Amino acid sequence: MAEKHGADIKGRLDKATQTETVGHEWDGIEELNTPLPRWWLWTFYACIVFALGYCVVYPAWPMLSSATQGTLGWTSRGELDKDMKAAAAARAKTVAALADMPIDELPKHPELMRAAVAGGAAAFRINCVQCHGAGAAGSKGFPNLNDDDWLWGGDLATIETTLLHGIRQPGDEATRMSVMPNFGSDGLLAPAQIDAVADHVLSLSGKARRNAEGAKLFADNCAVCHGPAGKGSRQFGAPDLTDAIWLDGGSKAEVVAQIGKPHMGVMPAWNGRLDPVTIKMLAAYVHSLGGGEQTPTPEPAPQP
Amino acid sequence: MSTPPDITQASLYAKREPVFNHRIDGRFRRIKWAIMALCLAVYWVTPWLRWNRGPYAPDQAVLVDLGHRRFYMFGIEIWPHEFYFVAGLLIMAGIGLFLVTSAVGRAWCGYACPQTVWTDLFQHVDRLIDGDRNARFKLYKAPWGPAKIARRLVKWSIYLAISFATGGAWIYYFADAPTLQRAFWSGTADPVAYATVATLTATTFVLGGFMREQVCIYMCPWPRIQTAMTDEKSLTVTYKDFRGEPRASVKKAQKAPGAFGDCIDCNQCVAVCPTGIDIRQGPQVGCITCALCIDACDRVMKDVGRPRGLIDYATLEDSEREKAGQPPTRHLRLIWRPRTIAYFGVWAGSGLALLFLLGTRVHTGLTVAKDRNPPYILMSDGSVRNAYTLRVRNMQGRPRAMEIAIEGLPGAAMWTDDTARADAARSLVRTVPADATQALRVYVVAPASTAKQDFAFRVQAQDEARETALSEVTFDKPQEARP
Ligand code: SF4
Ligand code: SF4
Repeated sequence: MAEKHGADIKGRLDKATQTETVGHEWDGIEELNTPLPRWWLWTFYACIVFALGYCVVYPAWPMLSSATQGTLGWTSRGELDKDMKAAAAARAKTVAALADMPIDELPKHPELMRAAVAGGAAAFRINCVQCHGAGAAGSKGFPNLNDDDWLWGGDLATIETTLLHGIRQPGDEATRMSVMPNFGSDGLLAPAQIDAVADHVLSLSGKARRNAEGAKLFADNCAVCHGPAGKGSRQFGAPDLTDAIWLDGGSKAEVVAQIGKPHMGVMPAWNGRLDPVTIKMLAAYVHSLGGGEQTPTPEPAPQP
Repeated sequence: MSTPPDITQASLYAKREPVFNHRIDGRFRRIKWAIMALCLAVYWVTPWLRWNRGPYAPDQAVLVDLGHRRFYMFGIEIWPHEFYFVAGLLIMAGIGLFLVTSAVGRAWCGYACPQTVWTDLFQHVDRLIDGDRNARFKLYKAPWGPAKIARRLVKWSIYLAISFATGGAWIYYFADAPTLQRAFWSGTADPVAYATVATLTATTFVLGGFMREQVCIYMCPWPRIQTAMTDEKSLTVTYKDFRGEPRASVKKAQKAPGAFGDCIDCNQCVAVCPTGIDIRQGPQVGCITCALCIDACDRVMKDVGRPRGLIDYATLEDSEREKAGQPPTRHLRLIWRPRTIAYFGVWAGSGLALLFLLGTRVHTGLTVAKDRNPPYILMSDGSVRNAYTLRVRNMQGRPRAMEIAIEGLPGAAMWTDDTARADAARSLVRTVPADATQALRVYVVAPASTAKQDFAFRVQAQDEARETALSEVTFDKPQEARP
């Protein structure tokens, strides 16, 4: 029960092992003096010395506003900076090659194409997901970039142009410009007429019965941009009204709303905001999502 | 009994007591030589064996190709996803340890452990340069002078050469040996190779040359596990105290026949022990069951005309029987008992299972990852498209054409990012290079009426064997039809 100390048991030899005790006993259990091997102890000391040295050489001790600097001047930010520079240097060749190449040529260079798609995917995640979504699937009013429906065209060069100049960007001469009149709010068509036109539009894809009034109104007011058959026009960015894809919704109410007071999307002109190579990469990525036109992407090289 | 040490002098550390073990000849010594020679021969020769795998794979019989993540062993080639073979081998090694330990105690420690082999080798170098036990002890005590320094330098150089030749040779298992050999000596090998050789040489030099039994006693976890696994039925090196005690010199014993045991207290068993322990104090963690003390004592017993086996392989249980006057049981009978049989059964079972897997494995593989974001795409003609990334594996040393086909999903067709949608079909053929995985992005399109359902991709090699692999995936579509 009591802990015994002192000279009475100190240095006694343990019966079973013939090892001397250190002089502690608790409930009859005594501590034996079994020293560490010397190398072990020196390894321990060496670790202490190493730790002290480490504290001197590297940032270690927290101070009020920052930590001790360390004599090497090492920082994790500096390390990151070095890594980023190294990565940029490693990419330099690809970037230079991409800069010089007209985008239509890209599919002839599978290596570069792969690099461009990968780089474009990264740039997309930073710049484009806000509107087009992480998987580029868009949402109502924001085009889905995976499908085969293109407002302005879906080959590499066209996508690049759209990226460079954006849509409805004031101050950019070459920007994509499409305008649809506010047939309702500007009083161009009466509500009943809008209703008839909407029925006609829906009838183009078999979603409503054809009506003569709607057809006539469409021919007078809409065919200029959307074409007499409603097939749309890439020149004006006018959507194809005969297919299954509805940028702003395909219900009667949505179509009526779109005719009455059209919603017209905008897209930034990335020229000047992003460097030309990044824009090229973005075009390659968007093209690679499965709906790209004309210039098919090359077969991926086998993995080792 | 020794006088109690002065506790006031007790220090925080214990100085190592160097071991100067005596040379001994005998049957266990010869077994150790043989095992050492065999181990080293296998170790050195293996990377130089060739195995023809055609132009598409290295021709080294045993090769761990970390760069390409392949492991070659004669006709067997292991891919990373077949890592269960390695896991299976580790399980077998574990059970093998149970088996050997329950049967013959720390046999691994005594005969096959590299640390034992190296310690043994280095102790022979000591003997060669400095002489046997007494000469070495004398030299150890002698003050440092030119002669001692010269001897030490010679000895350490030999240590170093052995460490380099044994530890360093490990790198040959990880690259083509002849190429690496040439590159290594012409200074053009990968820095990793030099670093590895330097590290392994250094550790061998320190652990085998200087730390020796300290590794076994303080650093190695193995003896703790093994001592926990031996029981009173395990064969271990045992001093039969019922026969040896009380000890007395031959002269003393002659004066009083019958009063003393067989041990003549000649200390030969202690003198030959590579870890410097006294087996007569009973089983202890320092004993690696190398059986050299058996050789030593047997020789002494022969010299004094007493039966051999005062120190011998014995089980605690059988020692009790022998003490009671029965003759010792034959060793084979001792080993063959339910526990070892059970271990052997599990061990052999795992081995057979691995062999079976090896024999029946397919050299064609397919994994499919479905695009989740977005899960499906509505096309302008109203059909629904899903995208998948297929990885087609050709695990043979020649290129093979593979047919990839949709199984199920009526009305569906697929195209890839290197073919046009206009060419969409239910199957396509791709040639996958030898020993390679080919990634393929595949778009599957199905009519709007298709329900959400599971279907499969099937890959079939277009050769005589027509191996196939199947991978089930889901085809997604919009939750409800759009109004
Ligand atoms: S006691 Fe005997 S068996 Fe054990 S290590 Fe020493 S010589 Fe080897
Ligand atoms: S070698 Fe045999 S006889 Fe000699 S001390 Fe050891 S046990 Fe006794």
